[in-house]
Amino acid sequence: MNLHYEIPSDDLAHAGEASSSVKKMLVQLGIDPVRIKKAAVSMYEAEINAVIHGGGGSAEVTIDSDKIVIRIIDNGPGIADLELAMQEGYTTASDDIREMGFGAGMGLPNMKRYADELDIQTRPDKGTIVTIVVYFHQ
Amino acid sequence: MGEYFHSVTLDEAKCKGCTNCIKRCPTEAIRVRHGKARIINERCIDCGECIRICPYHAKKAITDDLSVIDSFKYKIAIPAPTIYGQFKPEYSRNRILNTFCSIGFDDVYEVARAAEYVSDATRKLLSEDGAKKPLISSACPAVVRLIQVRFPNLIDNLIKLESPMEVAAKMAKKKTAEKKKIDPSDIGVFFITPCAAKATSVKAPYESKQSSVDGVISIKSIYLKLLAKIDRTDESRQLAQAGFEGIRWANSGGEGLAVETDSFLAVDGIHNVISILEAVENDKIESVDFIEALACTGGCLGGPLAVENVYVAKTRIKKHVEASKAVQKGSRLPLEPYDESIVWTEEIAYKPVLKLDSDIEKAMKKLETLERINKDLPGLDCGACGAPSCRALAEDIVRGNAYETDCIFKLRERVRDLAAQMKELEEKSPPTMG
Repeated sequence: MNLHYEIPSDDLAHAGEASSSVKKMLVQLGIDPVRIKKAAVSMYEAEINAVIHGGGGSAEVTIDSDKIVIRIIDNGPGIADLELAMQEGYTTASDDIREMGFGAGMGLPNMKRYADELDIQTRPDKGTIVTIVVYFHQ
Repeated sequence: MGEYFHSVTLDEAKCKGCTNCIKRCPTEAIRVRHGKARIINERCIDCGECIRICPYHAKKAITDDLSVIDSFKYKIAIPAPTIYGQFKPEYSRNRILNTFCSIGFDDVYEVARAAEYVSDATRKLLSEDGAKKPLISSACPAVVRLIQVRFPNLIDNLIKLESPMEVAAKMAKKKTAEKKKIDPSDIGVFFITPCAAKATSVKAPYESKQSSVDGVISIKSIYLKLLAKIDRTDESRQLAQAGFEGIRWANSGGEGLAVETDSFLAVDGIHNVISILEAVENDKIESVDFIEALACTGGCLGGPLAVENVYVAKTRIKKHVEASKAVQKGSRLPLEPYDESIVWTEEIAYKPVLKLDSDIEKAMKKLETLERINKDLPGLDCGACGAPSCRALAEDIVRGNAYETDCIFKLRERVRDLAAQMKELEEKSPPTMG
């Protein structure tokens, strides 16, 4: 099944609604809780990144019986140095964002940790597409 | 007792079939059917929210009547620490405890004292290597059951130690049997509870095959009896044994303070607990070693079977805590050696009660239908269909437990369509009639 969510820009109070909705559905599908956590956490991180850095965007989610594919698309500034961004603790978030408990530089590393497959397409000033795949049986 | 025994039940005669409880239930375990609330047993976690919210007092917790103690030769009351918050501050803890002997009990053992043993064991667990942090307290049975149905990834974080109630019951029985030379089968231990979930824990325990508690009596059912005797009670017997750390367990944050970690998080109120557990499950809680989570607002003092207002009771508990602190000069009361294990003997497993179907393909079809139906519903979450939200109704429909026309707006649409059709037909006449 295919799902579509709009991701708001700069609205941290409502950030994470898409991933929590997807999580609820995976529970109703009876997916292994460990797999649900992998999908929910990696999607949450990508969603938050789109809110903080990407100026909002959308989430396209496809669930089938053996896997979930999550695509988070934003039209933000892109990631200047992807290799650097993959390092734990590296962040370009503003002080304001960090004071709210976000932007600790763990987003991409956490995505890498929890996703079974992670693909990041990013172009300066064009935006970023993060694709996360989590398999239900492995 | 069956797997789905619950203390929380419905008084059919009092239920008006309103929507208060269905809206408040944290696990969406209630539906109104044929004008009465129905509890979906496998989803209920006995948190008691519905007891509190029901304006008609139609939700109740099944507990034992005081007469249950008559079937034992030697009767021991084990009151929850919440008891101290129920009486005016001029009554000492010892007087409150002695009053139990005035209403038929032979002895009293404080659950607060047992809480100090549980705190000690928890401190040891926290200092062990390899403990899955944050450790989550299992003191609140509603929270344990919540984790079982909604947060399976956190089952390993639960502290699998018996509750102070169970430890108190075992200790009281053992001590009495040894000291008084009474056959343990003649000793009855009765928990005096502010909590509905604890009643369920005794009748259908998850941590062991059988509870050591012989009966559960609600504070509110014996409060007036205690009150009638409290002034005339002889308080010379020294029954107060607990220290301030155990007494403080009644309050939200009390257990957290007792386990002595620099980084504990205390949360109370079932909906707040859910937010915190969500955050823990999503790795969003950092550098916290221990989580004390209590289903009732204000902790056990806010239990649905307590009598006094939770905030008044909090102030009173504080006085008892301060008094004990002064006597103990701020240091912890020493524990007697206790060689029995208080580790759970049974494992708890995930109960996937929200799963739509055991076959994933079928579950997927149902979920798609659910989403389609949900989009088509008005989204008012009015509850008139008997489900807590439009999405819950959509879920009930795909499970085969409800119809789309249970929604009054959908029903109205159908009636309007039908009326339009009738009008259209009415305007037609057979050709012979010209």
